[in-house]
Amino acid sequence: MAASPTPASGPGQDDRARGGRLRRTLLNWPVVRQLTGSDPLGRGSASVSERTAGLTARTETADRVVRSVCPYCAVGCGQRVYVKDEKVVQIEGDPDSPVSRGRLCPKGAASENLVNSPKRQTAVLYRRPGGTEWESLDVDVATDMIADRVVATRARTWQDTDEQGRRLNRTLGLAGLGGATLDNEENYLIKKLFTAIGAVQIENQARI
Amino acid sequence: MAECHPVGFQWVMEAKQRGATVIHVDPRYTRTSAVADLHVPLRAGSDIVFLGAIVNHILSTGAWFEEYVKAYTNAAVILREDFQDVDDLDGVFSGYDPETGTYDTSSWNYDGVGAQSSAGAGEEETLENSDRGAGGDSGESEQSEKQRGAGHELGGHGADMGLSGMHRDETLQHPRCVFQVLKRHYARYTPELVEQVCGVPPEQFAKVCEAVTANSGRERTTAWVYSVGWTHHTVGIQYIRGAAIIQLLLGNMGRPGGGIMALRGHASIQGSTDIPTLFNLLPGYLPMPTVDAHGTLPDYLATISSPDQKGFWTAADAYTVSLLKAWWGDAATAENDFCFDHLPRLTGDHGTYRTVMDMLEDTIEGYFVLGQNPAVGSAHGKMQRLALAHLDWLVVRDLNLIETATFWKDSPEIETGELRTEDIGTEVFFLPAATHVEKEGTFTQTHRMLQWRHKAVEPPGDCRSELQFFFELGRKIRERLAGSTLPRDRPVLDLTWDYPLDEHGEVSADAVLREINGYHLTGERAGRPLSSYTEMTADGATSGGCWIYTGVYADGVNQADRRKPGRDQHWVAPEWGWAWPANRRTLYNRASADPQGRPWSERKAYVWWDEEAGRWTGHDVPDFVADKAPSYRPEPGVGGPDGLAGDDPFVMQADGKGWLFAPTGLLDGPMPAHYEPQESPVSNPLYRQQANPTRQVFRREDNLQNPSGDEAGSEVYPYVFTTYRLTEHHTAGGMSRWLPYLAELQPEFFCEVSPELAAERGLEHLGWATITSARTAIEARVLVTDRVVPLRVGGRVIHQVGLPYHWGVGGDALVSGDAANDLFGVTLDANVHIQESKVASCDIRPGRRPTGPALLEHVDAHRRRAGVTILTGNEVRSGDPTSGGGAAAVAEVRAKEHTSDE
Repeated sequence: MAASPTPASGPGQDDRARGGRLRRTLLNWPVVRQLTGSDPLGRGSASVSERTAGLTARTETADRVVRSVCPYCAVGCGQRVYVKDEKVVQIEGDPDSPVSRGRLCPKGAASENLVNSPKRQTAVLYRRPGGTEWESLDVDVATDMIADRVVATRARTWQDTDEQGRRLNRTLGLAGLGGATLDNEENYLIKKLFTAIGAVQIENQARI
Repeated sequence: MAECHPVGFQWVMEAKQRGATVIHVDPRYTRTSAVADLHVPLRAGSDIVFLGAIVNHILSTGAWFEEYVKAYTNAAVILREDFQDVDDLDGVFSGYDPETGTYDTSSWNYDGVGAQSSAGAGEEETLENSDRGAGGDSGESEQSEKQRGAGHELGGHGADMGLSGMHRDETLQHPRCVFQVLKRHYARYTPELVEQVCGVPPEQFAKVCEAVTANSGRERTTAWVYSVGWTHHTVGIQYIRGAAIIQLLLGNMGRPGGGIMALRGHASIQGSTDIPTLFNLLPGYLPMPTVDAHGTLPDYLATISSPDQKGFWTAADAYTVSLLKAWWGDAATAENDFCFDHLPRLTGDHGTYRTVMDMLEDTIEGYFVLGQNPAVGSAHGKMQRLALAHLDWLVVRDLNLIETATFWKDSPEIETGELRTEDIGTEVFFLPAATHVEKEGTFTQTHRMLQWRHKAVEPPGDCRSELQFFFELGRKIRERLAGSTLPRDRPVLDLTWDYPLDEHGEVSADAVLREINGYHLTGERAGRPLSSYTEMTADGATSGGCWIYTGVYADGVNQADRRKPGRDQHWVAPEWGWAWPANRRTLYNRASADPQGRPWSERKAYVWWDEEAGRWTGHDVPDFVADKAPSYRPEPGVGGPDGLAGDDPFVMQADGKGWLFAPTGLLDGPMPAHYEPQESPVSNPLYRQQANPTRQVFRREDNLQNPSGDEAGSEVYPYVFTTYRLTEHHTAGGMSRWLPYLAELQPEFFCEVSPELAAERGLEHLGWATITSARTAIEARVLVTDRVVPLRVGGRVIHQVGLPYHWGVGGDALVSGDAANDLFGVTLDANVHIQESKVASCDIRPGRRPTGPALLEHVDAHRRRAGVTILTGNEVRSGDPTSGGGAAAVAEVRAKEHTSDE
């Protein structure tokens, strides 16, 4: 489903190729290059250092580019996600998007940092009642424990009818909050499951 | 907009380059103000007066778009004789019951229309809410409690309008026609009132009126853009109604460059309203059934629409049955009302703040928090955090260790001694989530457009998508209940939960989107996706999880994944993503053509009637019955889409017209009337009624309110404060304060104050300030700036304090700080239960706040000086202390108050 990588192209490429042939001679002084080369204003190839000339954009060496959408506000800017060795290496604005035309704000431009943040938590943590520290827990065990608690809470707090005998068919013993950062398909499954188990107190940021 | 939706703002800048006038009305000076033609700072909470005076200007100068108004709005409709306006009743409309703090809305209806109000007023006896623990704390009567479950699920179109008896005066002269009622209602909203209430000088206000009216009409349109600065109020709905009235009078609805645009703050907050993780809704704005009104499927459907009203809500039976078929499959049959009884029933407000108060009563055992950070983002953070400590179990699913997950060890209440880690019995599961690039699925952005995201990489470690987690949780719950013969387990066991898995064993989001779209169940097309909600039927022959999303999989193609570059298509760009409903980019666009079906002007042509082809056509998908001629007139008594006349553009409204006056659907008034915020240093100059008389108050020891207006003690909290976002952070910080790039850009909580306020209170630039309300005190770095302007309001100077709300107190984020939302109490709008968190009052003093128990003493000392009790600010009807709670509740409150005084 992923799009193929876009070929490396654009105005920077020729300059870099030229820069790669530079030698450490007087003729390669930036000012000489500026006066004698094709860059009299010194804004392009004439000012490229050897180190810069040796750099390659992560977007050029990616294995693939995947089309996505920014996860922050609701403008819905298009994103291109660059993947190398099964890691996200860069996220750029998608110039094809009629919404954003390739642009991203500081948050959208930082979304590679969201994925690869050194602070990101990638392991399940568990805090027992009265506990003072986190403990680690296997993800499947955690899901089993949560399922056990949902079933037990639901049974303890179930309401078949009100005192007039009218159908309630619900539990008020458990609640949920969140959804505006999630996908439609996820909200759909959450609402479907909550409703089926009779849990009505499900809310999200749209209320807040 | 430039601050919080920067990339969307490029279009405003493009419009400006083409000659558009950009006006920014905001207490705060932002990146938007910097490039606007005009920045109009006003007092937070005064917008109904500002908008109302524009309405008055339009009506009194004759600037309204006569042909549009007469043909497309309800201006001509005659109202009932017993309707009374706020000026007749000292600040309330007819039908107000001070005992319950609610309206019987029947007198607001059209004359001759025997409709029931959407509020369910006057129904049978209410039910005692037995599961509410000790109850009574909120001081809410049962009647008002029940009405809290009503409201916006009907999308504001109201229910059950039998229209046959309605009459109109096409000359708009009848004293009881909407147009004349509107004129009288708004006569008091003058530029002088704007100056007195909003603090906006008349010459500045005149510029706004001039720009808005000059840029409306056949050749031009004006757009309004708002965000939570309008919704986070006890009168939020009425702000938006105010803009709607302006836009209808000026002919700016359903036209290109017009409309009222809600800029929403999360990637799929629109989607999570359409497919709601909300208590009072089912997908597609169908209501959740309530215990008293919705005993059976026919009862339920009768409250959504009546067969003789106009428009597309009359097919609610098809939408509902298709949803029930999507959820309960073959178990849902005509004989069992398609499993309608599998749905749980509401008994009132089950919104997030009510739920948190129920946690404090120990009636709630478990809580799932999914990509949200209520310990920082919700109003009254202390109430939120203390409630978490009452739970038996808490599941937090997020990318980072947010404050909601770590409250038990590093919340501010640990520091004050109100909580002790070892005493907190809450079992906490933190489950790491997948990011947007580690799963596939759709977001619905702010313009109702769905965009499909492809998966780039697998989530690391234990990280899982919500899709995968909830699919597995559902599977495990069903395993545990398998074989059960209990009736309560049938809805779980009958549930369709057999989604295909991919090669990694993960549930396919594509399959879920197909289920949402819906498909034919019988006949030749069985198994084929529906292409439009008009194909849905009420006999069980179709399935579909959200009727307004039907068409996203039209022709078996994932339409949300269309990515034809913008430059390769025309300006409406219909082939990028898919917008509900039916890929329409502008709603009610029939109104972009005149009653005869011709564009109002060539410049503003959008959709029009093609006489030769006998069809509507244009740049967008026409929002009308495709082959209905402009001249078409239905037979009297015909309802549904067939009941729409050829010039009824508002196809979801029961009468096909835009509502200048809302005869049903709202709980707090048919027209906007100015009320002061719940906490305000200013008295309402219009009438005795200070704040919205239907606002939802909670009289609790842990929810004390500052005195307002002329009340003794209001001088203790003399300043207005408002909260907002910065470009570099996102909401409560869960997706920004843990990122090195963003945390470095905006590292620290600060408050913005004017040089005048700084001088008045001795605040030093870059020093510290302590900001105090009746709930708590917080500290912030001081930014003294002339971006904040002192306003002259009612003959005196009102200072406003600006607070970005992204920080929270915890141990794991890269940057932390006090949470601005901790200052707010909980008082809600009557229609949608949204808290007032864009304005309240405060004190501000130089220096850091006290720590430990001394912080509690500091807050308490302020309250004592102000004479705050649980009744302070909580009289729903001003001057009537027993209002809004019933006498018994107030007696109980008084008893508690007495106890606490001792």
